[in-house]
Amino acid sequence: MQSAFKEGLKGGLPIGIGYFPVSFTFGFLAVAGGLDVWVGIFISLTNLTSAGQFAGMNLMIAGAGYGEIALTTFVINLRYMLMSLALSQKIEKAIPLWKRLIFAFGITDETFVIASMKKGPIKAGYMFGLILLPIVGWNLGTICGCCISNLLPEALQNAMGIALYAMFIALIVPAARDSFKILLIIVMAVTITCMFKYVPLLSFISSGFRIIIATVTAAAIGAWLFPKEEADYEY
Amino acid sequence: MSTERIMICIAVMALVTYIPRVLPVTVFRKKIKSRFWRSFLDYTPYAVLGALTFPDIFYSTGHTVSAAVGAIVAICLGYFRKSLVVVAVAAIAAVYIVEMFL
Repeated sequence: MQSAFKEGLKGGLPIGIGYFPVSFTFGFLAVAGGLDVWVGIFISLTNLTSAGQFAGMNLMIAGAGYGEIALTTFVINLRYMLMSLALSQKIEKAIPLWKRLIFAFGITDETFVIASMKKGPIKAGYMFGLILLPIVGWNLGTICGCCISNLLPEALQNAMGIALYAMFIALIVPAARDSFKILLIIVMAVTITCMFKYVPLLSFISSGFRIIIATVTAAAIGAWLFPKEEADYEY
Repeated sequence: MSTERIMICIAVMALVTYIPRVLPVTVFRKKIKSRFWRSFLDYTPYAVLGALTFPDIFYSTGHTVSAAVGAIVAICLGYFRKSLVVVAVAAIAAVYIVEMFL
């Protein structure tokens, strides 16, 4: 086996293990929400993302339109653009297009972090190794979650509804602790969502668009008030 | 839900997830120069996760009170940088325990 591929596998192993309970929750919620087992599995297989496919699944179940589903998941996935951009500066220039098309599918928050910490130019073999086990973990977790969903007692099913939100909190609270600017942006986004949800004149706007408006407004105000210094970027 | 709607939904989701991943690494390959857009892209994940979480977290369980307790537990553990899995499991446990008393 190629050494770059092996090295990638090593980097991806803890990610794959960490994904299992998260995608388990996804599969569980998908089936609990009324989707068929194969639908939950198929979403994980083709999407390989946490927040985006959770939100997409919720909108699907809520009966949202295709445009709303597309826009909401796109906004949630916008962050991958910056990661893919950063990776494009770090990978070997000679990597052919077809290999880029394949490993781009496996760029996630976690694989990106591991890849960007690696020293020197990145080989395609490394990327393939890195994304393999996270993909396996993500899909295995989904399959188990989908299949076990109906077997769990109702009290536990109720309690598991909070899992996704708890994970989101685990992602944003440490960042908000480190940066007052990020805290402020989060507070702005939450305030705007609440406004659209609870102010009677505005509450006709659907949940998907509410989140898009809140995100774009808060991030834009943040970028306008606190533009990042060039030195803030390692790439 | 019809199979047709399911397939279109999944195809749409897969497409808008793959496009932001694949475009820069294949087509653009150049640095974004604008400070505003770089900062905007950088802040987006926090804004979107905040907007997704609140206030919906309070309606995610059987009872607002249990959800609020779960949220507080998650925020405290997140503050001390516990992993995603630990925070999620602790929040579920907190909700489960509170709901036994409601």
